[in-house]
Amino acid sequence: MSWTEDQPIVSLKDVHKSFGEVKVLRGVSMDIQKGEVICIIGPSGSGKSTLIRCINALNDIQSGSITVEGIEVSDPKLDKLALRKKVGMVFQQYNLFPHRTVLQNVMMAPIKVLGQNKAEVEQRARDLIRKVRLEGKEDAYPGELSGGQQQRVAIARSLAMSPDVMLFDEVTAALDPETVKEVLNTIKDLAADGMTCILVTHEMGFAREIADCVYFTDRGVIVESGPPATFFDQATDPRTREFLSQVL
Amino acid sequence: MDYSSILDWLWPDWFFNLAVVSDEYNRGRYLAGLWMTAKLAVVSIFFSLIIGAIGAAVQGAQSKTLRVLVGFFVAFFRNTPPLVQLYFFYFAIGTVLRITGDNGLPQPLIGNFGWAIISLSLFAGALNVEIFRAGIEAVPKSTVEAAEALGYTRLQIYTDIVLPLAVRISLPALGTNLVNLVKTTTLAYAIAVPELLYVSAQIWSEDLNVREMMNVLLISYVGLVAILVWVLHRWEKALRIPGYGR
Amino acid sequence: MAWTHSQTPPVKGHLPVLLPLRSMPQGLPLQDRLFNVWTASILVLALAAALITPAFAQDATPGRSAFAILLEWTPTLAKGFGFNVLISILSMAIGTVLGVGLGILQVSPLRPVRQVAWVITQFFRNSPWLVLLFYCILLIPFQIEVFGTKIPFPGWVKAVIGLSLPVMAYMSEYMRGAILSIPTGQWESAESLGFSRGQTLREIILPQTIKRVLPSWMNLYAVLTMATPLVSIVGVNDVMALTRAALSAEGRVDLLIPMYLYILCWFFLYCYPISALTRWLERKYSVKL
Repeated sequence: MSWTEDQPIVSLKDVHKSFGEVKVLRGVSMDIQKGEVICIIGPSGSGKSTLIRCINALNDIQSGSITVEGIEVSDPKLDKLALRKKVGMVFQQYNLFPHRTVLQNVMMAPIKVLGQNKAEVEQRARDLIRKVRLEGKEDAYPGELSGGQQQRVAIARSLAMSPDVMLFDEVTAALDPETVKEVLNTIKDLAADGMTCILVTHEMGFAREIADCVYFTDRGVIVESGPPATFFDQATDPRTREFLSQVL
Repeated sequence: MDYSSILDWLWPDWFFNLAVVSDEYNRGRYLAGLWMTAKLAVVSIFFSLIIGAIGAAVQGAQSKTLRVLVGFFVAFFRNTPPLVQLYFFYFAIGTVLRITGDNGLPQPLIGNFGWAIISLSLFAGALNVEIFRAGIEAVPKSTVEAAEALGYTRLQIYTDIVLPLAVRISLPALGTNLVNLVKTTTLAYAIAVPELLYVSAQIWSEDLNVREMMNVLLISYVGLVAILVWVLHRWEKALRIPGYGR
Repeated sequence: MAWTHSQTPPVKGHLPVLLPLRSMPQGLPLQDRLFNVWTASILVLALAAALITPAFAQDATPGRSAFAILLEWTPTLAKGFGFNVLISILSMAIGTVLGVGLGILQVSPLRPVRQVAWVITQFFRNSPWLVLLFYCILLIPFQIEVFGTKIPFPGWVKAVIGLSLPVMAYMSEYMRGAILSIPTGQWESAESLGFSRGQTLREIILPQTIKRVLPSWMNLYAVLTMATPLVSIVGVNDVMALTRAALSAEGRVDLLIPMYLYILCWFFLYCYPISALTRWLERKYSVKL
């Protein structure tokens, strides 16, 4: 089965996931089109992070189906490398490799994993570092950077694999308030360039500004979804309204 | 006994009149002992590191039997006296392991130097297994996950991410253990390996210069340890990641 | 020197990698650990029996099996082992008291005091235990005259002193690390409440160090206990000396492996629970630290 651009780039159908006895996802379905930016919001423990980790096969699912550009993620014979070339991921705790410089962090995966030409990768890496506005920090080690700077390196590191979809797992949750903005601006640039982005976030203002569609999850199901204008102002479900009244 | 006389006794004028410097015969013996101690230390350090690396790798292996076997090797060697281990190897196993020599009489297969190396390597290696394993486990799972998300294979993750970090995390504990190993080489005295303590005891029982030799001995060991600490320090510095120091 | 592993000031930053290693192995699951103790003894003994019996069948004097001889010697060896335990407890007591004092001196506000305490600590920490034992055995006079009274110093007392010196040095390092690991806010708030330095130490700092030092202290005791057979080298009649005497009295080659294994197991059964408890404490406290 081949995928064409008019089909959803990421598609989830009735996804179930549990950790032992605890059911984390109880039938989640969503379709995301190429170039869309979607935000997943919801109370902690509602399964948001698990959801996007499943898209990247960091967690496996018990039933249902997840496809990325037509690749079935739950297939036991899944070619994980093929999937991960398409899907980039940025974590809450940045997870940079502390023993490598900024430039090396960005260059490592394309060279080691994809076997690309070193000179080309370096050129691209320097461009990406400029794009996340960290020129001059190429030779610094992650420990020498602020949280916001580290997170932007993590974004550049993911972009170096030239993914089609980017997953952001609460990427600003561990940051100081003053550095949150620089990371959000980076993501905004990315969205403006047409990258498909799936974000788990607590930044409601940001979600409202850049999302094409907002999903609200609670206890493992999607309660409500819609474009931000309608979602934030005319939520129908009482659970959504209660959550929004707490965070807004 | 007043204070100054105690000081006099511990630190007399002849303190620096070191027997090993003045007497050429004794100097030769001392240097031979020092060389033997250095050999014991370096060879045992080498083998203990290999034992530690293999043991830690096995503890991450699939087979439960292997893991338990390594687990009890570590527990046993960590919780029994090194001296008794050495005696066990040299007097018990060494007596059994004999071959018939050229003259038709049974001869030990492994000499006392060999047993000292085996015993010291196993003793220090057992702790190295734990140290390396703790280092590997201390690498944050999230860092491994990030590599996984970038498409790294298991082997690549192990060689490019886990090992470089684990070595750095293990280094302080490893340093302590290796310093201990250098100190433990003195046990070879008990099976008559002519190392530093053994030759010093020979010198002081012949020349009756216990105090001088004791001071020489203590200074020698502190010096040896200092060299090792310096080497480890250089290594640690070479591996240091900017931004992670204190 | 650089390797004082209990000295772990809180590290700023986000990466857990940075935390210096508090050597804290996870430990095997419980069933594996039980499996350990018993298999260790049984398996090794079985192996020894298999090794010995055929090879030396011709040497064996009829009548008494190796097992019977071990049983016969057990009361004597038990007394010897008790002596080792006594030595370890005395050395630990002396070493702990001296070490706590030396450790406090290591954080003294007076620079010279700090430096002298540091030098003493490093000297005894980096000298081999056996050399320190020889030092005490050969250089402490067999009796000391104080105010006309003669205080005798038998070999085993000197050995106790010899073993307590390294204990003191390790303890001093642990104390220094623990005291330095207590947040400066504790000192500052005590000072603002009008406590003197001595009071702050006694009432506020030292009680908090106990929890931090306890695992290291217990581990040190196990290490010390495993060092006690060294006293046999300098002529004290401990369990090791008795074992060797027993072996030469019996004069049987087939007894060598079982006898040494027997002694190893004695120590193992004494020390293993201590280190298991230490690991448990380390894990328990490390969560809160």
